[in-house]
Amino acid sequence: MPELSMIVCCKQTLDPEAPPASFKIDPATKRMTLPTDIKPVIGQYDEFALEAALRLKASVGGKITVLSLGNKLVRDVIKKALAVGGDELVLLEDAAFEDSDSWTTAYALSLAVKKLESYDVIFCGRQSSDWDSGQVGAGLAELLGLPLVTLARKVEAIEGGLRIEQVIPDGFQVVEVQTPAVVTVTSELGNLRYAVLKGIMAAAKKQPIIWTPADLGIEPSEVGAAGRRLSLSRLYQPVKEARCEIVAGETPAEAGANLAARLREAKVI
Amino acid sequence: MEDYSGVIVYGEIAGQKLASTTCELLECGRRLAEDLGHSLACVLPGELPPNVVEDVAARGAKTVYTADMAGASVFDAEAHLAVAMAAVKEARPAIILVGHTALGRQLGPRMAFRLGTAVTTDCIDLKVDPDSRRIVMTKPVYGGNALVDLVATTTPQIATVRPKAMTAGEPTSDNRATTVPLMVKVPTPQVVLRDRVIEEVVGVKLEDAPAVVSGGRGIAGPTPFTTVLKDLAEVLHGAVGASRPACDNGWAPEAMHIGLTGKIVAPELYVAVAISGASQHMAGCSGSKTIVAINKDAEANIFREATYGVVGRFEEVLPAFTAKLRELLAD
Repeated sequence: MPELSMIVCCKQTLDPEAPPASFKIDPATKRMTLPTDIKPVIGQYDEFALEAALRLKASVGGKITVLSLGNKLVRDVIKKALAVGGDELVLLEDAAFEDSDSWTTAYALSLAVKKLESYDVIFCGRQSSDWDSGQVGAGLAELLGLPLVTLARKVEAIEGGLRIEQVIPDGFQVVEVQTPAVVTVTSELGNLRYAVLKGIMAAAKKQPIIWTPADLGIEPSEVGAAGRRLSLSRLYQPVKEARCEIVAGETPAEAGANLAARLREAKVI
Repeated sequence: MEDYSGVIVYGEIAGQKLASTTCELLECGRRLAEDLGHSLACVLPGELPPNVVEDVAARGAKTVYTADMAGASVFDAEAHLAVAMAAVKEARPAIILVGHTALGRQLGPRMAFRLGTAVTTDCIDLKVDPDSRRIVMTKPVYGGNALVDLVATTTPQIATVRPKAMTAGEPTSDNRATTVPLMVKVPTPQVVLRDRVIEEVVGVKLEDAPAVVSGGRGIAGPTPFTTVLKDLAEVLHGAVGASRPACDNGWAPEAMHIGLTGKIVAPELYVAVAISGASQHMAGCSGSKTIVAINKDAEANIFREATYGVVGRFEEVLPAFTAKLRELLAD
């Protein structure tokens, strides 16, 4: 089996596991914020995508290029992709890339992919961990004219292509696709492996390659906020009243029985 | 842009009738079309069970586009994409509504990029802005910790709509629709199907169950899913669900996963057992009529979402709760 040249798209996001109450909107910038002590992360679904690439690399060998888009990306966050086994980090990093929507993100990434020339597979997470849009994988496939397999839970190399287990409602299906192809990965694939010390040391020494809109041959007006096709009119948090009625009892078991009685009383059951 | 008019719904069939999501889309589309003074159309791809065209008409569609899919599978997104593109070419709609379903999650974005326009995925509300006459699309972001209102600057405006976020209307009998067959060349699939495995669910189907009992990270093993949680679900004539950590740990199959990336349920009664109540989980069950929480952590977010709750270890609370319910429901 020939070695595979792989690209994994990773987005730096706010930590989705942060306590819900800690998410606060900055009304001036219409952006979500978290307290500064909660570090950003690589989106959880992008981590599964990276794990899919690492498993393929372990089985047939090859090279993993990690691609990320944003501005002022936190080096030790994004370099985790190198520490776990990614070979090369390419950052589309510029103020012009800020506040991208799915369109501008996929468009800029597609140009970066073309600039990278040789690739067999592009892996993306099924959706980002902040906007949950799930569009970049599909967008790349359309813009680059490549086949798309979504919701992969297992990816294996076969002669000339990939065999993929794809999650469908109430089950999965096995599909085969020729490379180059775009594959989006879902959580069932499994968690990203931990970085070992050797990997962390090697990642610290590697410098990311940085590309601006000019490097991609496009105007700043075509990317980021300026190129958006969806205008953000309002970002807000619905007010939730804590109205839960706690049913008590002398013992947990009694509380359980009282809960049943309360549900009957309230005509819930 | 001026010559784009009308609202079109991409329909799906489930179990020999219109999918419930499609009924919800048609009601939403009918309302938007009314507000804009446009007409409503619906695409019905593939082989159709009897009376579906009539049902779509009774739900307000004036035009129904049908297409021969040449036996392509319901999961074949490329074939559906070909049908959708043919329908858009024919109808030139201002607004396209797609369910945020297994199919729609792929179809919506691919259509948008192919048409050079934008899609907003997983919308929970759509309304017409009276000034711009564009649609304001509301979707949850940050795993449900916030909502965003988006307006597309390009046409057609496409939205995928979260199942059960909107109510289906009642069919009225007096509307008739014109049927337009689309000529579609279904492409040779680039993604070749080799095998399909459906994990049979015994008992009540999760999405249709009147009651759902779900277990989370705090369940800490597979056994309770087939014992105490199942017992409670049976007493309530309901089904057992699970949060993502429970599925990722292999305690429950993925088919039971409720949440942002799993199934969306909206039963009469939702019992969340040892579930912290992360926004990503609530996205799959917040439409439930009554949410009951059992959790040993009094500070858990689930108590912000639930109507009734008990603070305690599920191992102690649940058997007594189930026993008392069985007694009450036997009366």
